Amino acid sequence: MTPRLGKDLTGLESLTAEQIGLILDTAEAFKEVSERPIKKVPALRGKTIVNLFFEASTRTRISFEFAEKRLSADTVNVATGVSSVSKGETLVDTARNLEAMRIDMVVIRHPASGSADFLGKRIRSNVINAGDGKHEHPTQGLLDMLTLRDRFGSLDGLKVAICGDVLHSRVARSNIWGLKKLGAEVAVCGPPSLMPRNVSELGVEVFTRIEDAIGWADALNVLRLQLERMTSGFIPSLREYNRVFGVTRERLERASDTLVVLHPGPMNRGVEIDSDVADGPRSVILPQVTNGVAIRMAVLYLLAGGGPDWQHQGGSE
Amino acid sequence: MTRPILIRGGRVIDPSRNSDGIADVYLQDGKVVSVGRNIVGEDGAQIIDATGRVVAPGLIDLHVHLREPGQEDRETVATGAMAAAAGGFTAVCAMPNTDPVLDNQGAIGFVISQAQKAGKARVYPIGTVSLGQNGETLSEFGELVGAGAVAVSDDGRPVMTSHMMRTALEYARTFGIPVADHCEDMSLAHGGSMHEGIVSTRLGLKGIPSAAEEIMVARDIILAELTGGHVHLCHMSTRGSVELIRRAKDKGLKVTAEATPHHFTLTHEACEGYDTNAKMNPPLREAEDREAIRQGLKDGTIDVIATDHAPHHYDAKEREFDEAPNGIVGLETAFGLTMSELVLSGLLTLPELVYRMSTLPARLFRLPGGSLAVGAPADVVILDPAVQWVVEPGAFFSKSRNTPFAGRTLTGRADLTIVRGRVVWDRSGT
Repeated sequence: MTPRLGKDLTGLESLTAEQIGLILDTAEAFKEVSERPIKKVPALRGKTIVNLFFEASTRTRISFEFAEKRLSADTVNVATGVSSVSKGETLVDTARNLEAMRIDMVVIRHPASGSADFLGKRIRSNVINAGDGKHEHPTQGLLDMLTLRDRFGSLDGLKVAICGDVLHSRVARSNIWGLKKLGAEVAVCGPPSLMPRNVSELGVEVFTRIEDAIGWADALNVLRLQLERMTSGFIPSLREYNRVFGVTRERLERASDTLVVLHPGPMNRGVEIDSDVADGPRSVILPQVTNGVAIRMAVLYLLAGGGPDWQHQGGSE
Repeated sequence: MTRPILIRGGRVIDPSRNSDGIADVYLQDGKVVSVGRNIVGEDGAQIIDATGRVVAPGLIDLHVHLREPGQEDRETVATGAMAAAAGGFTAVCAMPNTDPVLDNQGAIGFVISQAQKAGKARVYPIGTVSLGQNGETLSEFGELVGAGAVAVSDDGRPVMTSHMMRTALEYARTFGIPVADHCEDMSLAHGGSMHEGIVSTRLGLKGIPSAAEEIMVARDIILAELTGGHVHLCHMSTRGSVELIRRAKDKGLKVTAEATPHHFTLTHEACEGYDTNAKMNPPLREAEDREAIRQGLKDGTIDVIATDHAPHHYDAKEREFDEAPNGIVGLETAFGLTMSELVLSGLLTLPELVYRMSTLPARLFRLPGGSLAVGAPADVVILDPAVQWVVEPGAFFSKSRNTPFAGRTLTGRADLTIVRGRVVWDRSGT
């Protein structure tokens, strides 16, 4: 029995290991499409997808858009600045109006936690969460997992340390759920002022010293530190953050030879990560971006009702 | 002149006289005239058979939001007073965070006049502590009390500076009124939308730590000791608060406290799925906190049950969790929840429920009622403590429907409510 994903993808917490495995395997098959001279398959021909972005995003929005176009879907981008949201329309009204135009899927990025879930419960179209507040960013978690699986072959028993502002990070939450379901060991590391309450109850190791996390891990997923964390009093300064928690070449000298470094981007070079690490041999940051397109193609395709063997069903051009 | 009312054969529970037994209750000219066996009323008296049911002094809620003036789309004094009557309440105390706020005698008088027009449950306004609830200039307590205010509070906008709270407690002594405080350290709670704990961590919502409440509870207790004033702590939600109040009472300080049915019934897990009807302030907390609130009600650390009835329009709750307003309606579910959660579980006896929902609230805010002694006001409720019913928000008399208890089966509800000797609610419709 093939595990299907259900109507929406709002987070990895609610998925089974089999469902996550299905997405990763499907993405593996889709990778090849992006390597062709003509990067297009007809899998979602005739489907209409709205990319509804209530928050600034470059990488995620473009990645979704490429994924949609390479699957031959028709897409529309809606950004807050130009939509009726700026005229005071509520999220549910925006969504219902879009649905009245008979769309098939909505990709939503929104600053409020739970907004993708909220939308999914109120419209019939498939909803894909492209990041909701501090809750989840499931396609980012999946692309991180695909990148690690590419490098290490399996996630089972792999030690992954998520470093930085875990408190405000949807990437951290999706990684924790997804990695643990596939058998990885997960740790979080950062200043206690940026750790969520009771975080160890999620089944993760907690480090407060970056050196300890580096010594423990097979992979570091380094989170972006938002500049506003300093102005709102969570940390004293970016400079001190780099001195105490920055992932630097010197600190990585004590790491295992095979340790890799991930970053969901966009990076603050010289703050949470130094340039010689970001651009160095341990970095898998650009493969993450490449995998992002394949993951999003897989998610779109599976939610639209496609099976795991897309090449036999949809065919290639 | 209203007809006399003879209530026959009910189980009459009157904690003010420590009495509990089958009796008749005779009401005339707005007062309790006699309580005893085989009372014979005047010709023409209305006879109500209460056999198998409970007759008690009407319930009194020290903490409701009636939204008038200013937010009449959510509730009015009239609809709130009707919801109260249908919930078995004969009196409610209305918080002053209306628009404009109740910070002057004219505004207090307006609420009282609206309540008189409605003619349902009595409504006692609470005045603000500070003008405009701005936390800077003390309101004219004397004029507020003169116009009919029974307490002062900046509920909804906590009194943040210790100086203002100290002054309010001292000055309120002049009039013998309590200062009711919503305990919340805003700098700790800022931006939070639920309890800070494992559920907020999972949902990615900013939490409000228990410490935000407890810091202010501790401060208020210390200031009550300093000033000799009466501080009434609203809607207590944490085990730490219960512990602090217990110690204050051991010292004999004039500190009283209330808890809501939702805080002794639900936990932060109700926020799963981002249910905005589980969003309130103070937030629903952990199972250990809920248990501490229950124990506090049992041993008297928490004096009274109050609803914090907070009507909101449907659209306002149909939002992202962060954006939705705090609070739920409570008047029409309070008795059923208390029966179901505290009495059926054996934590409280029925007379203890009446004590914490009627007799003691009346005493704390020095209100008429809470008693069936001869000469007491004829504010009476007939309760069916055994009936099972399903909460249907569509049937509420309140203008608003925001409740997390929709579809829940409760045991116990009010059948008939009498205020000033007049039937203001009769479920049988006769």
